[in-house]
Amino acid sequence: MNPVRKRRLIIALLILGAVAVATGLSVFALQRNMTYLFSPSEVDAGKAPDGHPFRLGGIVAEGSIHRVSGTLTTDFVITDRFQSIPVTYTGILPDLFRTGQSTITTGRMEHGTFVATQVLAKHDSTYMPPQVAQAIAKAKQENRIPRDAGHGGAP
Amino acid sequence: MSRSYLPHWVHWLGSPPNFYRFAGAWRPWLMAAALLAAVAGLYGGLVLAPPDYQQGDAYRIIFIHVPSAWMSLFIYVSMAVAGLVALVWRIKLAEIVAMECAPVGAAFTLVTLLTGSLWGKPMWGTWWTWDARLTSELVLLFLYFGVIGLYNAFEDRRRGARAASLLALVGIVNLPIVHYSVQWWNTLHQGTTVDFLDPARSSIAPAMLWPLLVMALATHLYFFASILGRTRTGLLSLESGKQWVRQLVSEAAP
Repeated sequence: MNPVRKRRLIIALLILGAVAVATGLSVFALQRNMTYLFSPSEVDAGKAPDGHPFRLGGIVAEGSIHRVSGTLTTDFVITDRFQSIPVTYTGILPDLFRTGQSTITTGRMEHGTFVATQVLAKHDSTYMPPQVAQAIAKAKQENRIPRDAGHGGAP
Repeated sequence: MSRSYLPHWVHWLGSPPNFYRFAGAWRPWLMAAALLAAVAGLYGGLVLAPPDYQQGDAYRIIFIHVPSAWMSLFIYVSMAVAGLVALVWRIKLAEIVAMECAPVGAAFTLVTLLTGSLWGKPMWGTWWTWDARLTSELVLLFLYFGVIGLYNAFEDRRRGARAASLLALVGIVNLPIVHYSVQWWNTLHQGTTVDFLDPARSSIAPAMLWPLLVMALATHLYFFASILGRTRTGLLSLESGKQWVRQLVSEAAP
């Protein structure tokens, strides 16, 4: 490689390196703000902003969905299997909202209840036909495979 | 004289008239292959593949969304590599290839954002949210726009191409952020489904996976065909005064 090209290559790579370091540092500094949601355990530990709206994420606890008749209000419990927080929401729920679904709610804490202004359902990264899902559910019921095994269903 | 480390055909292809003929010969075949693959992939994805256990038929947007998202990253890498070659070696062909990548990549990024938005409304419950994956993909779109804008802001096309190549090269720091955002942060966007390093860990049924991969092949072939065609016209306009272009024109219109 001739010296001129070598110099250009070194300059280009130095600029790239400098920008990469700058970006890395900014991202590292913004780490807290980049966090999209807090889990019930984090809220319990006081990590969520107090008195400000934030996002609460977790799984909709089994049997906790309770619809107030005559209104669009739904009460349910968000859990991460360690801590649980009751949530109330008025509005239209997304298609994927159901028991056991990863869900992200936006709102604020009011007297121990999370009053949500928005409820989003998070999709897990598993894609399979309904027959396969039924077979897995059946196998789980019959204890053929452990409950938390395989299929990357982690939220 | 510096010694060349590259095989002979690289130098041959780097010459504009040679590349022009090479691209003209390959483009129709690549485009035909891309069309065939797209028809097979869409048939497999929209007709043959079973519905999803949670989303029903709505998941079928992944056959457009995911290949487009892969292309938005792949084309950016191609653009940055061509840009580096253009910056260091000042090869005219590399400048044109880098600049012609940008509109195609921007189009795929836009398709990714729009299809994701269409799917997000019924499934998540929102058209848009500022999570790390969505935001970094939007930054990627703006990077493509920046490259296109910077290129066109210069009177001297070659200077413009070099300035925009530097932006393309520097913007590559965004790519790991796009790719790993779903692992580094809690995002609304789901994590990786298809694991190329460890296919056994992919959490998608085989009947859904193969149309997805065929669609990915189709979009790659389309990109190659499109970049060959775009580079041909780019060469013609940049070399319009040169002997080989005049000869070409006089042959076409005697």
